[in-house]
Amino acid sequence: MRKALLYLLVIITGFLFIGRLFYLQIFDDSFKHQSESNAYKRMRIYPERGHIYDRNQNLLVANQPSYDLMVIPRNVKPFDSLVLCDLLDINKEDLIKRLNKARHYSPRLPSPVVAQLSKIEYASLQEKIRKFKGFYIQKRSSRDYQTNIGANVLGYIAEVTPQQVKKNPYYQSGDLYGKSGVEKSYEKELRGVKGVKYIQKDKFNRDIGSYKNGVLDTLPKNGSDITITIDAVLQEYGEQLMVNKRGGIIAIEPSTGEILSLVSAPSYNPSMLVGRKRSKNFTKLYLDSIAKPLFDRSLQGQYAPGSPFKLMNALIGLEEGVINENTRVTCRHGLHYGARKPFGCHCPFGASNDLNKAIFASCNAYFGKTYLNILNKYSTASIGVQEWSEHVKSFGLGNYLHNDLSVGNKGRIPDSAYYNGRYGYNRLRSTYIISNSIGQGEVETTPIQLANMTAAIANRGYYYTPHIVKDIKGQKLSDKFTTKRVTTISPQHFDPVIQGMYDVYEKPGGTGYYARINGIDICGKTGTSEVYGVIDGVRTQLDDHSIFVAFAPKDDPKIAIAVFVEHGFWGSRWAAPMASLMIEKYLKGTISRKDLEVKMLDGSLQHVYDSFISGEPFEINRKRPR
Amino acid sequence: MRNKGNILVRIDWLMVLLYFALVLIGWMSIYSASYVENSTLDMLSQPHGRQQVFIVLSIFLIILILSIEAKFYERFSSVIYLVSLLSLVGLFVFGKTISGATSWYSFGGFSVQPSEFAKFATALALAKFLSDTQTDIKLLNHLIKIFIIIFLPALIIIPQPDPGSALVYAAFFFVLYREGLSPIYLLLGFSAATLFVLTLVLDPLIISLICTVLAVLLFFKNRKKKPSKLLYSFVLVCCIGLSFSVNYIFENVFEQRHRDRFNIVLGKEVDTKGIGYNTAQSEIAIGNGGWTGKGWLQGTQTKGGFVPEQHTDYIFSTVGEEWGFLGSSFVVFLFVALLLRILHRAELQKSTFARVYGYSVAAIIFFHFLINIAMVMGVFPTVGIPLPFFSYGGSGLWGFTVLLFIFIKLDANRINEW
Repeated sequence: MRKALLYLLVIITGFLFIGRLFYLQIFDDSFKHQSESNAYKRMRIYPERGHIYDRNQNLLVANQPSYDLMVIPRNVKPFDSLVLCDLLDINKEDLIKRLNKARHYSPRLPSPVVAQLSKIEYASLQEKIRKFKGFYIQKRSSRDYQTNIGANVLGYIAEVTPQQVKKNPYYQSGDLYGKSGVEKSYEKELRGVKGVKYIQKDKFNRDIGSYKNGVLDTLPKNGSDITITIDAVLQEYGEQLMVNKRGGIIAIEPSTGEILSLVSAPSYNPSMLVGRKRSKNFTKLYLDSIAKPLFDRSLQGQYAPGSPFKLMNALIGLEEGVINENTRVTCRHGLHYGARKPFGCHCPFGASNDLNKAIFASCNAYFGKTYLNILNKYSTASIGVQEWSEHVKSFGLGNYLHNDLSVGNKGRIPDSAYYNGRYGYNRLRSTYIISNSIGQGEVETTPIQLANMTAAIANRGYYYTPHIVKDIKGQKLSDKFTTKRVTTISPQHFDPVIQGMYDVYEKPGGTGYYARINGIDICGKTGTSEVYGVIDGVRTQLDDHSIFVAFAPKDDPKIAIAVFVEHGFWGSRWAAPMASLMIEKYLKGTISRKDLEVKMLDGSLQHVYDSFISGEPFEINRKRPR
Repeated sequence: MRNKGNILVRIDWLMVLLYFALVLIGWMSIYSASYVENSTLDMLSQPHGRQQVFIVLSIFLIILILSIEAKFYERFSSVIYLVSLLSLVGLFVFGKTISGATSWYSFGGFSVQPSEFAKFATALALAKFLSDTQTDIKLLNHLIKIFIIIFLPALIIIPQPDPGSALVYAAFFFVLYREGLSPIYLLLGFSAATLFVLTLVLDPLIISLICTVLAVLLFFKNRKKKPSKLLYSFVLVCCIGLSFSVNYIFENVFEQRHRDRFNIVLGKEVDTKGIGYNTAQSEIAIGNGGWTGKGWLQGTQTKGGFVPEQHTDYIFSTVGEEWGFLGSSFVVFLFVALLLRILHRAELQKSTFARVYGYSVAAIIFFHFLINIAMVMGVFPTVGIPLPFFSYGGSGLWGFTVLLFIFIKLDANRINEW
């Protein structure tokens, strides 16, 4: 027994230890998990975001290194704070506050002191950084705009929101993602795929090398470069034309649906949303509730289309057989219907207009009559309006175009359901809604829808969904954008309408006569849409919106365009000349009519926009005092 | 005189083999725990490099030990013991303080810890005393002499302060028991330890109640044997007194860090960041190993330096992480095998001196093994004693080498004794 005691104890101890080992290593795996969080960290490696080119392969957006000044508080030695403050352009209290924040986060881990230093700041700091122990400069990548146009098209990138992180597991806090424009629509293509690197850590949470020699690491995949359909020259010209005006210019290539220019005014320089001043600038843009520079008027602005909408009614009238190109309507300063006169017209009293003249002279009476005939062709106005709205919608109006633009607006094309809701089932009378005939009333469209409608007319009956992407490296274009969308109007009905649009420029008395260009056959249609607003609680008529749609050349359309100038008064005053300048610029490359160009470039509507605030009467109300 | 060839045949190669296996695995673990990738430091400024030197030197030490006449150890045991005591006492004057304990002599850049060598000296002295035919362990005045031999070095070591090293001297109780010490002493020791732990968990009043109930039950069970009421009362009073005094000592004499160490193991306190950091990180490292471990140099806990003192007292956690359940069980097996082999060889000795010495060797190594690994696995309070043959440190390695190889020499000598 005495001999056996130690033997036994040794053996028992051996078994107990092996049991304990089994418990720690095999049975209870909580230790393993703790070790994982202890001993390595996952680091993301960011791929380079794809570049953006315009249709002529001009680089619009690239990447630039940006520099963050980082600090490891523990390593900071006393330094000349005055010099550093001077280099960084901050005051001493601010610097101390930032350093304390960094220390509070961790004395051993790096924190940013100043993010996104400019190249110039970086250059001067780089020379002296060795004097500031504990500070170092970290390179990052940010957007580098090669252009100062197209902010609304290109969009911007920003840090992901917590909601975004929750929704999409790809993102982690601190990642950048496309928040608007092309950056948003093609976020997935542009961003590429992040790589992962596992870093072994020590007890101080410092990096001590790669984990398992990098077998778990993955390389990042760079984002694809994207070519967009925008013509940078045309876009820039459009933006110049819109200086000091509000509205939009959309140009589309009818044969493909490619958007050549997408101008929204006022806009901003895309570089404003990069770098140290980003958040200040963004707040400024965001809070400008009057000019709304972040609101894309060409895509989101919903306006009454005005006279260009008469083209729709002409086409529907022809298709429905209620008119032909010889049908005449007598205009007596407007349409008289029974004892009522729904709206006036600027035609000479008693003018007998055929379709051609009705279009180029924009006769309200003609289209009022036609519209009534369309609705009255059916047993009830309700059915009539439904048929009519089907036709209109086949041109892409009244609907999101389901394109690749990050924002949009449906506009409004009323149908029978809409009016049943408004007037009660089947209670609609055609005369109630006669304003639709001239693009007023319930009809509302966005500028891009109008441009698309024009493209469909230019194509004589079909369109391609307008889109912004031309080519993504190594990827086929979605067939959404290469599928022909055919309208409900037969091709032969387009010719008389197009002839009317042609005569808008060519015939004296045409609303665009003064904006014609020698050598280019333009087809267009002016619009002057009435607009009311509530100012100080009083419904006031505001200056009309100036609208113009056009395409050219007539027989082989290369460009379809819609110009929308808020409160520009007549279509012929601003929109029509601008459209003709845009067309000339695009087709010829140079402008022959310098006087007109100067007038448009220098012209300003700022005084009109100021009337909203100043209380000055609008021009339209000065003329026709009530 | 025997020639060299003879001794090589007669030494117990199994013990030597086990010794080298442990030393080698120990060195690999130290290497893993202390190497730094792409370090510019030269070999000798890193623990694994120094340990390599210690191992090579210990081979010369082994040759020296095996070359010396076996009789020398018995004859000069008293001298060795006295020199050892003197070296311990000398620490109070010439000692160098490393991490709070004045347990070192410094020669240039080189430190020696005499307490590591005092163990084999004490074992020799005890063996010598017990092998004397005059000695009777059952005689009280002899027993007192024995206790003086054993506890004198311990008493000098405690105030250095190095209570961990002193605790090891309790291992000699196993030797004394083997040599005829009344089991009462072991029973008393065991009961005292149980009472001690119970007191930390429960209130002394509850302990007193339990003891009283137990005493009464035992008394009535044994009443046919006519038990002495006086003895029972005495033992009971002792138990209750111990419980209260332990409580008092724990609360008033111990320092907070000692209390913390006990409380962590007893689960009365959970704190993996502060005072329980060592133990928690060590458990995490071992748990991280799984079945087969992360592989040599691949342990994330080890590489990250999360376990404090990993190359010294916590070296076993490296084995746990990098070699897993299989590897660490194998190391446990090696220790058990070595201990059983020593015990087996000790029992075969014809001379009392060699037997007692062998038994002491087994007891001392066992105690280190028990306490160190229990501590690393989080079932024993943090006590700073090394794992024999494994932990980094020249003194430790040489101390255990001398301890073991003197026995191997004595064992090799046993056939042509006298």
